[in-house]
Amino acid sequence: MKKITFPGAVFTLTCACLSVSAAQAADNSINPAISLILQGQYADYKNDPEAYELPGFMLGGEAGLAQAGFGLGHGELVMSANIDDGFFGRMTLALADHEGETEVELEEAYIETLGLGGGLTLRAGRYLSAIGYLNTQHTHAWDFIDAPLIYRGLFGNQLIDDGIQLRWLAPTDLFLQVGIELGRGERFPAGGAADDGKGSSAVFVKLGGDMGDSHSWQLGLSRWSAEVSGRQSGGHDHGGGAAEIPTFTGDSDISALDVVWKWAPEGNYARRNLKLQFEYFKRDEAGDVELENSGPPIESTTYQGEQEGWYLQAVYQFQPQWRVGLRYDRLDSSNTGSDPDVLAEAGLDNEGHKPERSSFMIDYARSEFSLLRLQFNRDESYEQADNQVYLQYVMSLGAHGAHQF
Amino acid sequence: MQGFQIALLVSLLTLVSPSFAALKVFACEPEWAALSKELGGDRVEVYSATSARQDVHRIQARPSLIARVRNADLVVCSGAELEAGWLPLLLRRAANARVQPGQVGHFMAAEQVERLDIPSSLDRAEGDVHAAGNPHVHLDPQRLLSIAHALGERLQRLDSANAGAYQSALQDFEARWSAAMRQWRQRAAPLAQKTVVVHHKDWRYLLDWLQMQAVASLEPKPGLPPSASHLARLKAQMAKQPAAMILRAAYQEARPSLWLSEQSGIPALELPYTVGGSERADDLFGLFDDTIDRLLLVIAK
Repeated sequence: MKKITFPGAVFTLTCACLSVSAAQAADNSINPAISLILQGQYADYKNDPEAYELPGFMLGGEAGLAQAGFGLGHGELVMSANIDDGFFGRMTLALADHEGETEVELEEAYIETLGLGGGLTLRAGRYLSAIGYLNTQHTHAWDFIDAPLIYRGLFGNQLIDDGIQLRWLAPTDLFLQVGIELGRGERFPAGGAADDGKGSSAVFVKLGGDMGDSHSWQLGLSRWSAEVSGRQSGGHDHGGGAAEIPTFTGDSDISALDVVWKWAPEGNYARRNLKLQFEYFKRDEAGDVELENSGPPIESTTYQGEQEGWYLQAVYQFQPQWRVGLRYDRLDSSNTGSDPDVLAEAGLDNEGHKPERSSFMIDYARSEFSLLRLQFNRDESYEQADNQVYLQYVMSLGAHGAHQF
Repeated sequence: MQGFQIALLVSLLTLVSPSFAALKVFACEPEWAALSKELGGDRVEVYSATSARQDVHRIQARPSLIARVRNADLVVCSGAELEAGWLPLLLRRAANARVQPGQVGHFMAAEQVERLDIPSSLDRAEGDVHAAGNPHVHLDPQRLLSIAHALGERLQRLDSANAGAYQSALQDFEARWSAAMRQWRQRAAPLAQKTVVVHHKDWRYLLDWLQMQAVASLEPKPGLPPSASHLARLKAQMAKQPAAMILRAAYQEARPSLWLSEQSGIPALELPYTVGGSERADDLFGLFDDTIDRLLLVIAK
């Protein structure tokens, strides 16, 4: 081979590239990024999943267990795009089957600013509240098929609200973010959109950073408060007549601590990595609980509630595509009121039981877009321990998902 | 005592003053960090989000990266969807208007040059394909020089007070780079027409520039890890038509290429892939020096 020199070619290429660059800038896709999530599972229980309860907690939202046998999980349709140079928008539609009927739920629909300046971001619409750590992640991004017990007990799996969120990111190399949310307070575990549709609020602080090449961490503190007006919990009937629905009105405050620590050799997540996650929540409530459709007269009680719980989980990717995970959940509650019978009807009597659950999962991701998971739970949510087995798939079609920390 | 105070004052000033004026550059990959340093000198303060030991397809939008983007004046990444999983999230969470798409502070290197392998149809059954073509452009020194021109211009626009200095840094880099390229070309001549097995398609531009040819990938599809059945097929293929070598990057698992090497007798070779991927690859010049020497060493055997 002869000696080849290229000084001339370099300049020609340089000129060519400038026109390429101009074409690229205009080639910004105008259509929103669309992704579709398909989920489904096979569930096997020792106990009747319909009989599920979590003594000491008024369940609502999506707190129940998946039906036994074959079933569909949430299908999700996500669309997002930069609206212009100032705003970003995103919408998530969840499609779920409830007792044979397909329901469409608007899970997220928000806009947010892309740089107000000074590290500020303002978001408005419906969004996953920034309380805790797992709450801002969609169900398809969870490491286990089901929510931690404390999320099930307090939020009905996930806290979603309509309102505005303002966050500020400090101009430091250490990640420091503080934020506030003002919400409508209509959705569980708030209720009634009190205070003229400004019934809930939250504050959060997050700190994070790296330790060397291999370790990353994040620490969060958050607090959520709501003026609750008529929060309904799952009802049950007593043979004939309308179901009695426990309903809470009063003040509710939740404090949360979350810690996440991740390790990957030299920061290379593709091969092996470990994720440790811990969250603790404590809720204080004060007000009244009444049983709708009871009586007359309507049965009611004063209610002072204290519920808390935590979970600790570890997920280890031991080779590309394969991960194993362990999780342990523990809850406790102490609720008092003027009429213990009504409290018990409302599910607020913990019957001297401290719910706990141990879970193991193994999953296989053929690519970033598909996942198959097998999970076992030893669930002692209530007195009768349950053995639960799940086989799940989570598939994502379309736009590349975000690698959220 | 006075001498000590003066020394302290001087050292404090040197600590404070460069960072006071310096442009903060957030580079997604080490190659763009190195190029920014070449062109910006001490007028830029460069942070690299990843190292040569990391698979940039799989980076997470972790807190430390968000904090760095928050303060950046310029974000320099490959683009062309290489960072699709994490860069959009970093940009949104960092609340920094200066570096959003379309702004002067947003520079996507691969989008400055013509890319190879732009797929005519998109189907994920073909693996994690990039609609914008192969984004691993930095291993073609000619494309890298084109990108240097575009980046140099960008620095001049961002920091117009120092435009002259960026201009002369670019000229200086171009002179050194062109000379180095001629020399690499000469030395690499024996590599032309050699065939290789690659781990992932991140060698596309290097092979194109050296007129070498990839005949197989250890990954059955882009983004999928090598499987036993696929490796067995490659072993059979190599028995019929052996390639000259099996290439992998410093961040890729060694086992599959070592296995195939053992089975087929074809040498397996780890290349730095980017700045920091080997001891010699401590800057862009070292990266190509080391890469070419390692390749030559294999075919000399």
